[in-house]
Amino acid sequence: MPEPAGIVMVGASLAGLRGAEALRRSGYAGPLTLVGAEPHRPYDRPPLSKHVLVGDLDADATRLPELASLHARWRLGSPAIALDRTNRTLRLADGTALAYDKLLIATGAEARSWPAETGGRLSGVFTLRGRDDAAALRAAVQARPRRVLIVGGGLIGCETASCLRDLGLAVTLVDPNPTPLAASLGTFVGGVIADCLRDAGAAFRPGTMVRAFEGDGSGRVVRARLSDGGAIEADLVIAALGATRATGWLQGAGLMADPGGVTCDAACRVLDAEGAPCPDIYAAGDVARWPIPLYGNRLVSVEHWGNAVEQAGHAARNMLARPDDQRPYQHVPAFWSSQFGINIKLVGLTAGADALAVVQGSRASRRFLAVYGRNGRSIAALSFDQARWLPAYAQAITAGGAFPPILDATDQPRIETAAPGFPPRATAPAPSRSETVHA
Amino acid sequence: MKIVADAKPLRVVVDLNRCQGYAQCCYAAPDAFTLRGHEILFYDPAPPAARRGAIERAVQACPVRAISLQAGADDGETP
Ligand SMILES: Cc1cc2nc3c(=O)[nH]c(=O)nc-3n(C[C@H](O)[C@H](O)[C@H](O)COP(=O)(O)OP(=O)(O)OC[C@H]3O[C@@H](n4cnc5c(N)ncnc54)[C@H](O)[C@@H]3O)c2cc1C
Ligand code: SF4
Repeated sequence: MPEPAGIVMVGASLAGLRGAEALRRSGYAGPLTLVGAEPHRPYDRPPLSKHVLVGDLDADATRLPELASLHARWRLGSPAIALDRTNRTLRLADGTALAYDKLLIATGAEARSWPAETGGRLSGVFTLRGRDDAAALRAAVQARPRRVLIVGGGLIGCETASCLRDLGLAVTLVDPNPTPLAASLGTFVGGVIADCLRDAGAAFRPGTMVRAFEGDGSGRVVRARLSDGGAIEADLVIAALGATRATGWLQGAGLMADPGGVTCDAACRVLDAEGAPCPDIYAAGDVARWPIPLYGNRLVSVEHWGNAVEQAGHAARNMLARPDDQRPYQHVPAFWSSQFGINIKLVGLTAGADALAVVQGSRASRRFLAVYGRNGRSIAALSFDQARWLPAYAQAITAGGAFPPILDATDQPRIETAAPGFPPRATAPAPSRSETVHA
Repeated sequence: MKIVADAKPLRVVVDLNRCQGYAQCCYAAPDAFTLRGHEILFYDPAPPAARRGAIERAVQACPVRAISLQAGADDGETP
């Protein structure tokens, strides 16, 4: 008998690795292959926009620990370019055909790059997603650019702004919204980050859209042209515009997949074009989009580290389970970020929140815990240097607890309730086609 | 005696969603874990093999089990 094809993970990063480890831990002893577009063994991305950029860590120090004996075949440096479900085969860019019995799609996301027509190819224009991007950006930063422009005030835009100010570079951050992080956390909280930027000596330009970048004779970026006719001079640009899911290679595979993600059922099985779950194809991590019961079964893709780990583990479990034992994935989205010396953590989804209550600390002190509410329920909790309080609120959120949260602590000051201040969708930077929780 | 395998750096990752900033790891392995500001944990993801004992103590000391360590050799073939 020929050897079985076994299980193939496409995407050799956090979700692919943790999924592979979970398979081995659960006793899977068959062939296991990890296919990765990048030449590197799995590495950790969060430090790239933090410690790697400031120079506290080398980009190649971020390799992830391998926590189980994988005995895997690694196919690195050659992306999957097509999926043939009928013959259960993948095609790789190097021309190989790779058979599978079961497949985990874990291809993650790609940085949304600046369009070439409006200056995206100029040297000095960077995006930050992978290890090589971080190393290149770090080298450019070490050359001490005179003026840095960061386009997009999401988590990566803010983290990089913080790092570059630590290095003493002249930084301008532009965003179409009134504050940074407005789309994910609202302007009430985003206002704190706007203050941090100013205190750190960075220029923040709200309500600002870049139309195009212009270069000099040698093709180096020199300025950004704005939609309002103005311009900002810069010799280094970081386009931090969010990400699109890496689903291009699934075109023609007959799956529900687009730049917003690959759609799964609650058990992490990928849906075919008719909406039926494929029994042999699963997805996990940034690339996956699935219904979350806690949030009314909205289809959401979650671009956060913790989801990649948990969802991959869950998908691995279901990959090995019988068809009548496919358990639903229960997950409460959560992320952390660090910027301007503050540890920021969120549990839950803020989308659609209609109220916000500061339940510990104060916004002025930049140490607080805020709860987001929607229709009288607590849906998310956010901490700025108050992480110890977060688990308690996370529990309330999972249980669908009331908003404002009822507190009986007598030392509690009067709870400040405010509008979270989400900007209207239309002004959000580069809106994606489906709902995404940005990292 | 051969100590070649041990010369490779260790691999560490901390689940910073889970980490509560208790700083127990910083006491156990101060060369590998530090707190910055009020509660930002900074750690060395590739500490030298000689720190293995201290890091194993940090793994044990963390009350929320947020630290993962790879101490064994790498396996698998890379074409
Ligand atoms: C700079 C940065 C900072 C971050 N900071 C935080 C943070 O502080 N907190 C947090 O919670 N999250 C953070 N995140 C998000 C977190 O890193 C991601 O959620 C996580 O990496 C998702 O893992 P993944 O394996 O699903 O996808 P990815 O890490 O994107 O990995 C997908 C892999 O698949 C490969 N691939 C793509 N297409 C193909 C193909 N066709 N064939 C084969 N391989 C392919 C890619 O090369 C990549 O290696 C950050 C992300 C970035 C980029
Ligand atoms: S001991 Fe654990 S919880 Fe405490 S700081 Fe270290 S990793 Fe975080």
